[in-house]
Amino acid sequence: MKTTRPAPDLSKPRLTTSAMIASIASEGQRTKPAPFGHALVELARSRPEIVGMTADLGKYTDLHIFAKEFPDRYYQMGMAEQLLFGAASGLAAEGFMPFATTYAVFASRRAYDFIHQTIAEEDRNVKIACALPGLTSGYGPSHQAAEDLALMRAMPNMTVIDPCDAHEIEQVVPAMAAHQGPVYMRLLRGQVPLVLDEYDYKFELGKARLLRGGRDVLIISSGLMTMRALEAAKALADDRVDVAVLHVPTIKPLDAESIVREAGRSGRLIVVAENHTVIGGLGEAVAGLLMRSGVHARFRQIGLPDAFLDAGALPTLHDRYGISLSEVVRQMKGWLE
Amino acid sequence: MDIAATRLANAPTLAQRAHNIRRNALRMGEVQGQGYIAQALDISDVLATAYFHAMRYRPEDPNWEERDRFLLSNGHYAIALYAALIEAGIVPEAELETYGSDDSRLPMSGMASYTPGMEMSGGSLGLGLSIAVGIGLGLKRKASSSRVYTLFSDGELDEGSVWEAISSASHYKLDNLIGIVDVNNQQADGPSTQVMGFEPLVARLEAFGWYVQRIDGNDLDAVVAAFDAAKSHEAPKPRMIVADTLMGKGVPFLEQREKNHFIRVEPHEWQLAIAALDAGRP
Repeated sequence: MKTTRPAPDLSKPRLTTSAMIASIASEGQRTKPAPFGHALVELARSRPEIVGMTADLGKYTDLHIFAKEFPDRYYQMGMAEQLLFGAASGLAAEGFMPFATTYAVFASRRAYDFIHQTIAEEDRNVKIACALPGLTSGYGPSHQAAEDLALMRAMPNMTVIDPCDAHEIEQVVPAMAAHQGPVYMRLLRGQVPLVLDEYDYKFELGKARLLRGGRDVLIISSGLMTMRALEAAKALADDRVDVAVLHVPTIKPLDAESIVREAGRSGRLIVVAENHTVIGGLGEAVAGLLMRSGVHARFRQIGLPDAFLDAGALPTLHDRYGISLSEVVRQMKGWLE
Repeated sequence: MDIAATRLANAPTLAQRAHNIRRNALRMGEVQGQGYIAQALDISDVLATAYFHAMRYRPEDPNWEERDRFLLSNGHYAIALYAALIEAGIVPEAELETYGSDDSRLPMSGMASYTPGMEMSGGSLGLGLSIAVGIGLGLKRKASSSRVYTLFSDGELDEGSVWEAISSASHYKLDNLIGIVDVNNQQADGPSTQVMGFEPLVARLEAFGWYVQRIDGNDLDAVVAAFDAAKSHEAPKPRMIVADTLMGKGVPFLEQREKNHFIRVEPHEWQLAIAALDAGRP
């Protein structure tokens, strides 16, 4: 017989569900609107081969900005993700460079075979940009792409990027176009936090970047968890814990040289932090790399559990699954005791 | 007669082309001892018409920009397409004996990166029409007069993505897209109409906004007329040729054999099949 969850305690105050399009920016944080859409428009002015495509999620992937600027270069494929990627392959075969957008769950789960066979296997020049990566929606597992990096990095020929903020996304877009071949980018849309401009940061495909040094802990992170890592490093500095942060936006190909070099500096606790299940993402990629490279270190993972995640308010869920700032700090303190 | 006219007068007829395609396929089947030979035999008249009547291409330049594109969505029909590509001079005949072998450019399932003239990677069924939609859109963007042909099988009509593509080709008025569905009424688990019914197919496709013709896919005159009509039809609609075919066509003992997705041919039967085919040589 089907069992359901126990009824909630109605006397307790509670946050409402963040639905699909919750902002990941914390209150008062600096943000920039729709960095992907604006960067793509800017790039497309000088690259006439660029076309935009979506599966009924133009407005929710910031592609509507491109559509408004270049209506005759925009293809609405309807709520049909398999068609979206098959047709993107066809347009690429004819020399165009499609930027195809949907939610990460639909690209990585529903349309996997189409991306695998019509795009990756044929090495077609399709750029895939997917909103709601990892746990950035409170809508439940249907919209929580906890495993998209694992799926995409397992695909030959695929380059996989997990950018941190608006500053980085603006640079990732032209870098995707400069790379010949398929690319999967995790897309942060809407009001996107602005963080890395304070670090004189420049994105380079396939390169990790040490954002701050530290003697006690090395956090290796990607995506929005780099933002959390930087905040945690500041918080822990008050407790005289010195935390280094190595940002790894390109999940594949991994910057093995930088990771091994930083991790090989002995004595530091190594923590990999990712907005993704602990299975098959950056954490396991780094663990495998360190094992193969003979780097032996204390190693911990911060990431989502191997479970179907709850629906609810995003701050609640980030606390519950250990990827909020306070939970990152709490876990690290525990490991340092 | 001048040389060109003499050459034209001596050119093989379409029936002879279809015969040669069937013969090439049987020879490949013999090399490997297996293959989707019954399908190859049923679709040879369609392929002969595509490559020797309808399509624009240059054998010496398979990537010629002005060519018509031909997508093999049912990748397991690769043995048939290789047979046609060899007959068309796109793949050298000498490679025929490598079919399905290590390091061959002719793998059992068609893949774009392996073979000149192969425009997509099949194997996973139901991909072709979606790619064709993108190619059709791309050709229109380039104001190209080329067309995109897509061959697929009746079993692929089970795939939801095929209907996504059918909707969108109509939505985008892709009059440069010509689909050919091989209705041999056989898929992996049995007769296609029993595995998952798709009739009335013509009415269905017409309801989706396509210009549809249904023909006997082994009647060369009918196949030629259907390709001609698909090319010349004036409505801004994608075009579909529903081709009813007979598995094993041209080799009587294979036509009679109990129908299977993967028809069994004994080692000694390949030569018998070629002899039987040659007995009916046009």
